[in-house]
Amino acid sequence: MTPDLALVFTVLMGLAILAYVVLDGYDLGVGMLMPAATEREQDSMVASIGPFWDANETWLALGVGLLLVGFPQAYGMILGALYLPVAVMLIGLMFRGAAYELRIKAEGWHRELWNWLFWFGSFLASLAQGLMLGRYITGFEPGFGYLLFAVLVAGGLCGGYVLLGATWLVMKTEGKLRRKAIGWARWGLLWVALGVALVSVATPAASETVRDKWFDFPRTLPLMLLPAASVMAGIGVWRASGRLKRGEHAPQWAPFAGAVAIYVLAFVGLAYSLFPYVVMDRLTIWEAAAHPSSLKAVLAVALVVLPFIVAYTAFSYRVFWGKVGSGTGE
Amino acid sequence: MDPLDAVALARIQFGLNIAFHILFPTITIALAWILVYFRVRYARTGDGGWLATYRLWTKVFALSFAMGVVSGIVMAFQFGANWPGYMNKVGNIAGPLLAYEILTAFFLEATFLGVMLYGMNRVPGWMHLGATVLVAIGTTISAFWILALNSWMQTPLGHVVADGQIVAGDWWQVIFNPSFPYRLVHMMLASGLTASFLVAGLSAWRLLQSAEDVAAEKTLRTGVGIAALLVPLQILIGDLHGLNTLEHQPAKIAAIEAIWKTEKAVPLVLLAIPNDEKRSNDFALEIPKGASLILKHDPDAELQGIDAFAPDTPPVAPVFFAFRVMVGTGLLMLLLSWTGVWTLRRGARPPRWLLWAFAGFTFSGWVATLAGWLVTEIGRQPWLVTGVLRTQDAAGATSEAALGASLTGYVITYGLMLGAYTVVLTHLAGQGSAPPEPNPAGAAAGAAAGAAV
Ligand code: HDD
Ligand code: HEM
Ligand code: HEM
Repeated sequence: MTPDLALVFTVLMGLAILAYVVLDGYDLGVGMLMPAATEREQDSMVASIGPFWDANETWLALGVGLLLVGFPQAYGMILGALYLPVAVMLIGLMFRGAAYELRIKAEGWHRELWNWLFWFGSFLASLAQGLMLGRYITGFEPGFGYLLFAVLVAGGLCGGYVLLGATWLVMKTEGKLRRKAIGWARWGLLWVALGVALVSVATPAASETVRDKWFDFPRTLPLMLLPAASVMAGIGVWRASGRLKRGEHAPQWAPFAGAVAIYVLAFVGLAYSLFPYVVMDRLTIWEAAAHPSSLKAVLAVALVVLPFIVAYTAFSYRVFWGKVGSGTGE
Repeated sequence: MDPLDAVALARIQFGLNIAFHILFPTITIALAWILVYFRVRYARTGDGGWLATYRLWTKVFALSFAMGVVSGIVMAFQFGANWPGYMNKVGNIAGPLLAYEILTAFFLEATFLGVMLYGMNRVPGWMHLGATVLVAIGTTISAFWILALNSWMQTPLGHVVADGQIVAGDWWQVIFNPSFPYRLVHMMLASGLTASFLVAGLSAWRLLQSAEDVAAEKTLRTGVGIAALLVPLQILIGDLHGLNTLEHQPAKIAAIEAIWKTEKAVPLVLLAIPNDEKRSNDFALEIPKGASLILKHDPDAELQGIDAFAPDTPPVAPVFFAFRVMVGTGLLMLLLSWTGVWTLRRGARPPRWLLWAFAGFTFSGWVATLAGWLVTEIGRQPWLVTGVLRTQDAAGATSEAALGASLTGYVITYGLMLGAYTVVLTHLAGQGSAPPEPNPAGAAAGAAAGAAV
């Protein structure tokens, strides 16, 4: 039997997007938290993501690249339908990346301007990503209700990034900033809980396909493990951050790990809702798949190279393991 | 053509985005290797001056790299957003090449950039040097893949039609298509020139403000030396590139040389005002039989003019002028870099007029590079992939309003970014390479690590 190439590509693309959301999610979250910190704290926050943000963003290039290679037709359809939010996201990411470098080199009011742009770009990009996700889930249906749904998803995603960013800071910083970050993480968690609850109720209401998949009786029972596990992970984050706040013993990385777990579970749920569509209700992965010859050409290289990428990414996280100082990041 | 229809807007938008993006790769590709050179000098000598130089230019690099990354992410989306027809038609070739670039180059450079920028005190010296080398290798691999794709679009080879789609019959031929070797070398040299004039120009700027800066004088010499070495090579390769283009894209050469009619003993047009409507030159300064001599090595040979390719002809005026801007800049670069080498021989101090000249040429590489790309891309019109796909057939159905709105957003963003970039660059250069060391413990650790190499 020949392997189902379209399926393999779907899995790879899903993993790349998941990696992107978690990895760039924490640095976008750190960016969105900037206004809540003092100037010195901002330096530490920025330093904590310095060695990573660039590679994190590369996962976005890989995700969209795999969509392009694997499903050219869907790529055109999706990016055409999301033209404006994509442009907004890209402009946000550009401001953020440039502001990141420029704020290090600037002084006085310039620095404040770049700090502000760093926050603004992070926020704009996160918001636009949420809108894209919301429009994508409902197959780009026009109408006010669907737009409202997309705004809801955008709010939820921003909350999720704030949670990731805050728990990242709990892990990477010390002292007063870390105490503040614990507080942010708890607020972020409440925000996420609200967002996930609303989106979980709204999605089946907005899409018949999703409704049928989730409320098909005997299958519903094992599926309920997903929300149950998410609630467990949420409680885990809450309790671990509570312990850290009171100065009791708990691993520094526990809240972050919990936040990542929430993301993975939400992602699995989403993937289950969509499969086998690559464009909701319109295009399945098999209909959209590119010619097998090009899928094979990419797969062969990807299978050789991906282990290296994972290895040197792990190496980089090892090199920069531990707390950051309060320097300017250089 | 209505000047603001959707296809025109999509073209303007794509052209603007890629032109903005390419500014930064042209710097980083070669600057990465220059940094390797500074880093090796430091590892060899343990001299703090080289370390300070390395640190200063790493800042310039980091800034340029960040601009390259964020504008590059935009490019990855542009293909689908602006040219869905492109992906539908040749996606089975373009897709894998773009994916190879992401997999083999982008992760490598982005990850080791982190180690290179922030890891000097955290890893042993040899590992830090290794990270610097890997970043440079990454940028070069990236240029390799993207130029393979662009060259394939210029001179496609190795593709077949299977199941009604265009797919690769022979990947080797697709990648090593006829114009690829020339384009790769020409572009790598263009990057080398852009980076060396940047290094020389910013160092000259520093010396104008503080003549005693020894480190800036060293980097000035480095920049001038590299430039003087590369310009003649670039002119030679450019000439070979042109002959190759004559073989595979003769219409482009006709536009470059503003030759309208197929004739024997064609004159070389030095300067002219090509008129695309009348299909002739309004005014021309020519050398009799020159073009036949240069292109065919025979003063009486016949050359094909634009008329031989109608109706599939590129616009002549922009290609003609852009080519002269590129070659003109190249000749000025030759003059300046050799004057520089001569003036600075045997350790002579640089005179102020030379410093001003190099400061003025800081961004000359950008001018020639952009002009070169304009020749290449406009000269390929009306084709997007020569003989395979027309630009017009690749555009999407995005509304003019959405295109207009996003275009406005990009223009404002790019304007701001470019302004801030150049200001910060000159500011950094003005400060020089030895600012008061804020962290003496870190510096000592760095020196110790360096000595361990
Ligand atoms: C000759 C070289 C060259 C050319 C023609 C292009 N690029 Fe580029 N690109 C690079 C050379 C480069 C680079 C040297 O690898 C960059 C620039 C600076 C940098 O940081 O990496 C880069 C960055 C870069 C990134 C971010 C990579 C990262 O996250 O590290 C993306 C997604 C693209 N590019 C995509 C494109 C696309 C889709 C192009 C075609 C239309 C394109 N580039 C033209
Ligand atoms: C692999 C790399 C590249 C690809 C795939 C590519 C592809 C394209 C496409 C699809 C167009 C649209 C056709 C048109 O507007 O007429 C175009 C035009 C253009 N490209 Fe490229 N390009 C690449 C590299 C570059 C680079 C590096 C530059 C550097 C500045 C560049 C500059 C331009 C410009 C200025 C136009 C507009 C020309 C016109 O509108 O006539 N391209 N290219
Ligand atoms: C002075 C002599 C030069 C000659 C004779 C020359 C020749 C050429 C030709 C014929 C092309 C078009 C090839 C095609 O599209 O088929 C080209 C493109 C180009 N040139 Fe030059 N060039 C010269 C100098 C330079 C310099 C000094 C730079 C930059 C520093 C430069 C950068 C480029 C770039 C970036 C391209 C587009 C990419 C490519 O097609 O390789 N050139 N050149």
